[in-house]
Amino acid sequence: MSPYLALQAETVKFRGHNGDQGEAYYARPIAAGKYPGIVVIHHLPGWDEWIMEVVRKLAHHGYAAISPHLYFREGSDSPDDIGARVRAAGGVADSQVIGDVAGAIAYLRAQSNASGKIGMIGFCSGGRHCYLTACTLSGIDAAVDCWGGNVIVDNPKDLNAKRPVAPIDLTEKLNCPLLGIFGNDDANPTADQVNRTEAVLKRLGKNYEFYRYDGAGHAFFNTWRDAYRPEQALDGWKKVFAFFARHLASAATSVAAE
Amino acid sequence: MCSYIVEKAALVGSAKGRKGWMRIDTANVYFDHPYYSTLDHVLAIDFTNEGEGGRDRVAVELSADSARALVARILAALASGEAAHEPADEPAHEPADGRPGRAITDSTAAA
Repeated sequence: MSPYLALQAETVKFRGHNGDQGEAYYARPIAAGKYPGIVVIHHLPGWDEWIMEVVRKLAHHGYAAISPHLYFREGSDSPDDIGARVRAAGGVADSQVIGDVAGAIAYLRAQSNASGKIGMIGFCSGGRHCYLTACTLSGIDAAVDCWGGNVIVDNPKDLNAKRPVAPIDLTEKLNCPLLGIFGNDDANPTADQVNRTEAVLKRLGKNYEFYRYDGAGHAFFNTWRDAYRPEQALDGWKKVFAFFARHLASAATSVAAE
Repeated sequence: MCSYIVEKAALVGSAKGRKGWMRIDTANVYFDHPYYSTLDHVLAIDFTNEGEGGRDRVAVELSADSARALVARILAALASGEAAHEPADEPAHEPADGRPGRAITDSTAAA
């Protein structure tokens, strides 16, 4: 694959859940043509610089990528202060996240560069949101769950008004291919929970691929963390891009710039 | 792991943040991924005033060992500090300027 070296990246406005106007980080190749869209669902700490690097990385590989700021309703502040307030309030409601992701998808589809194919990738709580959204929204062509914890909820008391349903219980409605990336040393999800998730996907005949990495725990793609594992992350990203290439290519997609 | 688990402590106190001193009524305490530290997990404490909206905070991120050591030092400081500030049995002495006062104990000698 030849990289798309000429990119444009910026903060844009989008309409999320309930029509609320929020901000999103949007990056895409500049060259004229049609590109598959990918929604990047950020992790629990928030809409931070690492997530924006991921958005640009996807654009570098030929995608129109957008990451909606799921905490935009908290106002403007540093990502860590906003993330702390959201945590103190018990997080954001699943219904709101699904609505915001739907709004980001609508934004991508409305662009003149849209090929018509839509993928999603989420990290940490974003991985869980990705799984949940792939079981809820239609019109998604590929979903990538990177170490999403709490897809399986072993303690029913962990369900609440904001997160009323365990995503695993919605698996029957999963309507697109799913890629899962997990570190075997992760505490949430544990290797056992990943195995149990896979068992449900297999039982329901879903199109999925799971990759598990030894010597890696949670967030091992994140170059800003001590958890970063370069060897495992390089392989994981190869899996992600191969998966997106298989499921998001279309006749309308631009040929990679030579 | 990333979780929404937060232990909340109701507080009476104050903290100095980016806007100066503020009253605090809550400490949000959690063990999870940090924002600033490069550690994989930290014991994070956000001192805030939720009664006033909780928008400002004084944030701390500590390793687990540091947090446990801090707990021990907090308890030690309370024990020695409260002992040092126990009301003295001897009567208050008259300072040189004639104002009524109290006997002052040099608590540093006990450290």
